[in-house]
Amino acid sequence: MTKVKDATIPTIPVQARLSRWFGRNLIRIYAFFGFTYLFIPVAYTFAFSFNDSGKSNLIWKGFTLKNWQNPCGAPEICTALGNSIKIGLIATIFSTILGTMIAFAIGRYAFKGRSTSNLLIFLPMATPEIVLGASLLSLFLVFQINPGFWPTVIAHVVFCVSFVVVTVKARIASLDPRLEQAAMDLYANEFQTFRRVTLPLVAPGIAAAALLAFSLSFDDFIITNFNSGTLTTFPKFVYVSAARGIPAQANVIGSAMFFLALAIVIAGQLISKKTKVTK
Amino acid sequence: MRMSKTLSKVKLPYLLLLPGFLFLFTFFILPILNLAQTSTQTPIAGGDTGEYEQTLRFANYIDAFIENREQFARSFIFAICATLLALAIAYPLAYAIAFKAGRFKNILLVLIIAPFFTSFLLRTVAWKQILGEEGFVVPPLRTFGIISESTTLTSTSFAVVLGMTYNFLPFMTLPLYASLERIDPRTMEASGDLYANGITTFRRVTLPLSMPGVVAGTLLTFIPAAGDYVNAAILGNPNSKMLGNVIESRFFKIVDYPTAAALSFTLMAAILILVTLYIRKAGTEELV
Amino acid sequence: MVDVSSATRGDLRLTRITKSYGDFTAVDDLSLTIPEGSFFALLGPSGCGKTTTLRMIAGLEEPTVGSIHLGTTDITTKRPYQRPINTVFQNYALFPHLTIFENIAFGLRRRGIKSVDADVNKVLDLVELPHLAQRKPTQLSGGQQQRIALARAIVNRPALLLLDEPLGALDLKLRRQMQIELKWIQREVGLTFVHVTHDQEEAMTMADTIAVMNEGGIEQMGSPADLYDNPKTAFVANFLGQSNLIKGRIEGTAGDNLVVDLYGQKISMPKSRSHAVDSSIYAGIRPEKFRISLVGTPTRGNVLSGGHIEEVSYIGVSTQYQVAMPWGQELMVFEQNDDGVPPFDKGDQVVISWEPNFTFALRGDEDVEAGTEVAPDDLDEDE
Repeated sequence: MTKVKDATIPTIPVQARLSRWFGRNLIRIYAFFGFTYLFIPVAYTFAFSFNDSGKSNLIWKGFTLKNWQNPCGAPEICTALGNSIKIGLIATIFSTILGTMIAFAIGRYAFKGRSTSNLLIFLPMATPEIVLGASLLSLFLVFQINPGFWPTVIAHVVFCVSFVVVTVKARIASLDPRLEQAAMDLYANEFQTFRRVTLPLVAPGIAAAALLAFSLSFDDFIITNFNSGTLTTFPKFVYVSAARGIPAQANVIGSAMFFLALAIVIAGQLISKKTKVTK
Repeated sequence: MRMSKTLSKVKLPYLLLLPGFLFLFTFFILPILNLAQTSTQTPIAGGDTGEYEQTLRFANYIDAFIENREQFARSFIFAICATLLALAIAYPLAYAIAFKAGRFKNILLVLIIAPFFTSFLLRTVAWKQILGEEGFVVPPLRTFGIISESTTLTSTSFAVVLGMTYNFLPFMTLPLYASLERIDPRTMEASGDLYANGITTFRRVTLPLSMPGVVAGTLLTFIPAAGDYVNAAILGNPNSKMLGNVIESRFFKIVDYPTAAALSFTLMAAILILVTLYIRKAGTEELV
Repeated sequence: MVDVSSATRGDLRLTRITKSYGDFTAVDDLSLTIPEGSFFALLGPSGCGKTTTLRMIAGLEEPTVGSIHLGTTDITTKRPYQRPINTVFQNYALFPHLTIFENIAFGLRRRGIKSVDADVNKVLDLVELPHLAQRKPTQLSGGQQQRIALARAIVNRPALLLLDEPLGALDLKLRRQMQIELKWIQREVGLTFVHVTHDQEEAMTMADTIAVMNEGGIEQMGSPADLYDNPKTAFVANFLGQSNLIKGRIEGTAGDNLVVDLYGQKISMPKSRSHAVDSSIYAGIRPEKFRISLVGTPTRGNVLSGGHIEEVSYIGVSTQYQVAMPWGQELMVFEQNDDGVPPFDKGDQVVISWEPNFTFALRGDEDVEAGTEVAPDDLDEDE
């Protein structure tokens, strides 16, 4: 659209315009720097996954794809990764089932002891990880259970359950109760209503909770360190090798996890956009 | 018939709670109680390392606290610094996403949690290398004389606080965003319309209305930060050790379970007291 | 800080205002003067630019070009808090964390006034809600919130009070009541009110002057009666009430009247009521101005014959007829049910007549549908 400049139209002084623009966009500029801060280490990790580094990945020695072609190249790394994935999957399944049941109880029913239940759910989140880890370890020691795979799984379920409850509960709270009433009005009994209406509507919340539980479990170091004994997980591998330099393969796995999770989240958002039902 | 139906309805929530709460009781409450018990034990006279007996010695707490008061103080000071820094960084970030992002809102939210997916240890180690002697920060700062030749950025308290701020930033940003997003932007316009400038509008309208997010965010940052030892271990030096480092080494290196337990308990109690006071002061009970 | 009491007062002048967002022009070269002390309405469908205009007056948006003056002061780039102008927001925007009292005192306190009690209590009395001072906004009904939003604005005695669809969220009955109250309060406090609405009935009930807006510009401005009786465009004719627009041609003049041919039937109308530019016109007649009579009964004024009743809807105070005319158009006729005459039946052969003075003429190249497709009650919040 081109318009002939008309001298009779009053214009706004450039200075006023600039100061307004700045006022409006200051926070955007700030946010840009905030995001930069967030992504510097991620970008660094990604970049150094291409480093032709040899054993210690400290300084840039040249570009190579061989770390990506051979992610298991560093000793122990894929065993550690495998353990992390196994622990993460099992812990996710258990914590999602237990947490979803609790979320339905708290989110759907008024019953005696509801606020106490809420407190019990809140407590593990308010307990520092190191206390959770240390206390579980001392319990296992008392019962002479050796730290290892299953103790680690149990420890992960403990701290994941609360996050699952909170996430699923939020989804349940956002449901329109009239939808369930409508289902009952249309001859669905309690079970059918749950199966055909409630569950499909809460499903995205459960999926989000499961994803959260997995990423918490996968990334956990402190609690794992207390309860895993000689078992290596991916974070433990990174921590132990941090002293003498982390192999570039760790960067490959970290970056791959990043892109994989990003893809899952974005796909999830696209799906939920298509099937948006709640307000 | 009717009777049994209502009865099962009453029972249903308890049935749903049962497995989860049994689990949490066994693996959360019981261990905490056990930890309390361990904290008052003393070494068995003439026993091996790691053998203790119950003597109800509450002086363990006093000993542990006096011995580690420096790390104690450091844990809380570092955690408070990291929390305040994270608040200062996250608030504008959350505000921008809530009010200025338009259709990019969801993408930006994903970007906030995205760094989570690269292992936090990898990111912490990345900071160590970025801030290290051969990273891309220190050499230019030296060249321009902003820091002296002998100054380093890693192995400092500064690096530890920076690392914690970084690691817990999403925990701060997300609750802040959630409560900012609930604010009707027209209330802020109304404030401007009623003679409040930008700063007054923030102080009188935006901040009070986002208080639940501020409380939740600071708690979600402060609690893990106070118990953290990974940042101190990777980015710090022997003089920037936090309580977490002590607990860890008591457990694994010295095998001094009672002291570790007493320290854990003191940490938890201190956090709970601080949090309770804080919630009272901030005047909000709705956290999660 | 704005000292409202001594601040500039006077007419509000918008001079050649344009506001664009990228390629989209929300307000297009708009000039407007709102006299001090008037109750002025900006009326139009959603998307017409009325809310954008209001927001520019409030300082919440800045015009791309153009200027805004209050009296002699240029306020174009002044921030909202620097203007002696207050707004009653759509959905009220009451501060949920403050009591009603503190909501109302907010503006006074920001202006550095220490003793606010007297002023706040006075407006609370004015809106008849003094007992709610210590409540929080969420504890109030919609109508009560609306009054508090009004009180919060007028307590500052602004030079200009802006009302952005203030009654949109209320139900019909409450809306009617508030329309009368707002008008009364405006007279009571003697402030200039600028009222944005998409509801033509609301605008006509309350405003002294209405500016009808469409596609970023003003279609026509005038008193409610002017706009209704003599619309200049098809948009105004259709948006304010209903109109029958019949294609025709000006055949000649007779004194102060025009002779118009409508599908072969001659009618006359005052010259002064024609907005046509050439001989091709649409003749406009409001449905309630028509009279129906059975074929063979006496008529007066302009007459169109050959119609028959197509549809009858009895709605109590009046009966609405659709009359099919020989050229295929259906005319809308409203008859008051005040003369004891039984209504006409479907299929009756009738003639239509009306007083020539009620006729208006629009340009023949107008879009006769303009302004009809927008349902006036379809409230669009994010215009």
